[in-house]
Amino acid sequence: MGLFILRRLGVMLLTALCLTFIVFFLTNLYPNLEKLAKTQGNFRMTDEAVASWLGDRGYTDNTFVKYGRWLGVAPGWVTEKEDGTVTGQCFLENTAPEERPTFCGVLQGDWGFSLVFKDEVGSLVATRLAATGKLMGFVLLVMVPMSLIVGVLAGMREGSGLDRSLSTFSIATTATPEYVSGVIFIAVFASSAFGLKWFKGSATQAIENATFENFTLPVITIALYGMGYIARMTRASMTEVMTAQYIRTARLKGVSFGNIVLKHALRNALIAPFTVIMLQIPWLLNGVVIVETLFNYKGFGWLLVQAAGNNDIELLLAVSVVSVVVVLITQLISDIGYVFLNPRIRIS
Amino acid sequence: MEPLTWTGPIGQFLDPVLYVLAGLFVIAVAVQIVLSVATGGARVVTNPDGTLSSAGGPYDLSSTVTRWLGLGLLAVVVIYLLVGVVSGPSAAGIIGGVSQQLLPVWVALVLTFALSIRYKRKLGLYGKLFDSTVGMIGFALVMFWVFAGVMAGLFDWITTHDSLSQVSGMKNKVPGTPLRGAEDGKYLWYLLGGDNLARDVFSRLFKGAWVVVQIAPLATLFAFMVGITLGLPAGYYGGRLDTLLSFLANLILAFPVILLFYLLVTPEIVATGIPNYMATVLFIFPLIFVGVLLNSRYYTQPSFRTPLLIIVLGVMGWIYLSLISDGGTKVAVLPEFLDLFDIDAGILVVFVSVVFVNAPTVFRIVRGLALDIKTRDYVAAAQTRGEGPWYIMLWEILPNARGPLIVDFCLRIGYTTILLGTLGFFGLGLESESPDWGTTINAGRRLLSVYPHAAIAPALSLLTLVLGLNLLADGLREESLKD
Repeated sequence: MGLFILRRLGVMLLTALCLTFIVFFLTNLYPNLEKLAKTQGNFRMTDEAVASWLGDRGYTDNTFVKYGRWLGVAPGWVTEKEDGTVTGQCFLENTAPEERPTFCGVLQGDWGFSLVFKDEVGSLVATRLAATGKLMGFVLLVMVPMSLIVGVLAGMREGSGLDRSLSTFSIATTATPEYVSGVIFIAVFASSAFGLKWFKGSATQAIENATFENFTLPVITIALYGMGYIARMTRASMTEVMTAQYIRTARLKGVSFGNIVLKHALRNALIAPFTVIMLQIPWLLNGVVIVETLFNYKGFGWLLVQAAGNNDIELLLAVSVVSVVVVLITQLISDIGYVFLNPRIRIS
Repeated sequence: MEPLTWTGPIGQFLDPVLYVLAGLFVIAVAVQIVLSVATGGARVVTNPDGTLSSAGGPYDLSSTVTRWLGLGLLAVVVIYLLVGVVSGPSAAGIIGGVSQQLLPVWVALVLTFALSIRYKRKLGLYGKLFDSTVGMIGFALVMFWVFAGVMAGLFDWITTHDSLSQVSGMKNKVPGTPLRGAEDGKYLWYLLGGDNLARDVFSRLFKGAWVVVQIAPLATLFAFMVGITLGLPAGYYGGRLDTLLSFLANLILAFPVILLFYLLVTPEIVATGIPNYMATVLFIFPLIFVGVLLNSRYYTQPSFRTPLLIIVLGVMGWIYLSLISDGGTKVAVLPEFLDLFDIDAGILVVFVSVVFVNAPTVFRIVRGLALDIKTRDYVAAAQTRGEGPWYIMLWEILPNARGPLIVDFCLRIGYTTILLGTLGFFGLGLESESPDWGTTINAGRRLLSVYPHAAIAPALSLLTLVLGLNLLADGLREESLKD
């Protein structure tokens, strides 16, 4: 088991390195850098001015060297101007020469500086992530119990009226992406056109002060799309368990239906959904980006859109590291959890 | 001129009927659900002669009532649509006007269903679809949008106005608003209202359906070609190849889709030509697939194989080269006079990124199926006969994996539609005036709390199309499992 986790961690590290390199490469292509120089300097820069602006800041070096700098395994750029002032990646102009560090990258704990937000990337990502964590927490709190209940109720009597209605409901929710359900929810529950002003169509205030009024719609929008899939998986697993021999034995012994479902079937039926729930979390990330844009909730997804839209290289890299780590860790947890829950599987 | 109401004059009699029926239907469904929990569902008794029959009882009664109420509800809706087709908006309001414009779609749908049900026993899996209610509903929804998209896009039949022209005074107008001082021969109303640039929402909706109907199935097909061509050898050979390809697939899957879209679809990246290079790589897979497919089957008869391959690959190669080469971009290998068609750069980029996102998932499914099927006896038999590995993969394993693949194909078209909408929602790829649903939702969402109609129409359309595809996949799965 220890070896298995170690190997998985190794693959994770490799994946994260590859992915960040791809992001790094794409964001550092010359047209992107040119745009960056023009937005940071001024829009009427000549081509030579752009080249020298980029050269001074180490952007024109080899991609691998630049990537090494970001990681913290290659020395940061240092440029000496003609008038003798020295600028560098790792220090400010007024730092004494002997205190200037050579390396400053992710390995040294320095995630860089966001050119759009004019702030440290590390603290920026941390605060936004906390906001999204709150949203995700509420989503999971709503989504997981609801989908398990729907799935178990639908699966305990296959083909019944309850099963058919709940299955139709789950299919309908999987067919409704967030930007559709969000739009419909806002139009019905928050617009003047229908007159039901129960909730607010914007969740900007929910970061400091989440209330029932401003947080319900974003949470429900994300939860609904994820719910259908988990519910269908739970239903499939439940119907399979309900046809098992030991359930028949229990029925023939005269155990009541409620007891069969709660004591005999439920535990075995919940193994498969556990994996699905864990794998659903990266999917939620997508929903989070859409919903945070739609409801203007300034969290991690909103940050991703801002970083990507403005080619804010270091912020974008940090954002992709975080999202890749989330994806890979959930995969790991789902694998390990599956082994613990299902004693029939052993990893040799 | 009076603005139209939703149901017009006939609504005065029919609306109350509809509301009462709908209310009763909801109550009946609720009662049925409660009874199915409380009484344990339908009771079945065994007759003395060994046959089974329903024992009646409250559950049975409630399900009969629900069915008849549902049919009644359907009948009322059909009356609205029929009256609309015959007499248009003057008698049946907005619904009537929409129904009249959609007349060719209704005709095509009725014909398709009549012919399919008539000959369903001779049509294989497609015919069996018409044994399942869920599958038929799904198929009807999907075909509605396919017919509507094709007719609006190719023949200009359904639309009432030009999808780009703006009419003064129609900005953000509610559905059914009449045009002020409309000229002769022009349609007199904006059936579903005007958007924030005073364009007709109804016409844009169906033009947008054409964009979706063009891109989604084709992109899914390409993703399947890529996934199958790489997934079969990965599953069949295993080993290093499998490890490498699986790692690459997981790498792409670990990317948040939206980040990937932002990285691929921004104008700066398009200027570097990366999407064109990706298109060059991704679009060659259908050629490889078809080439290997035919070669592995007919390589024992070179006199037949060689001309066949030359013709098929020649035609496909020409299409391939015209597809990827485009004057003014980085990939312009074909001279202009040989170039059959030019794909709009925005559409090409969208197409490539959607294929790129979908292919790894297909790869994983195909790989899993290949791993399972390669242990079967008929594969061992083919190996003993001395068949080549590609023959076994493409002519033994692939046909036996078709059931799950067809089901996944339907689901994946739906997912591709959602992805296209996502791209439009973030304003990536297609131009901002493009009528596709994602872009329209994005344009409409700013005024959502005041004028929701411009965003709701495409949102509901996308919902029904994807729902239809999901129901269709469900029906197909059910019917293919019955074999």
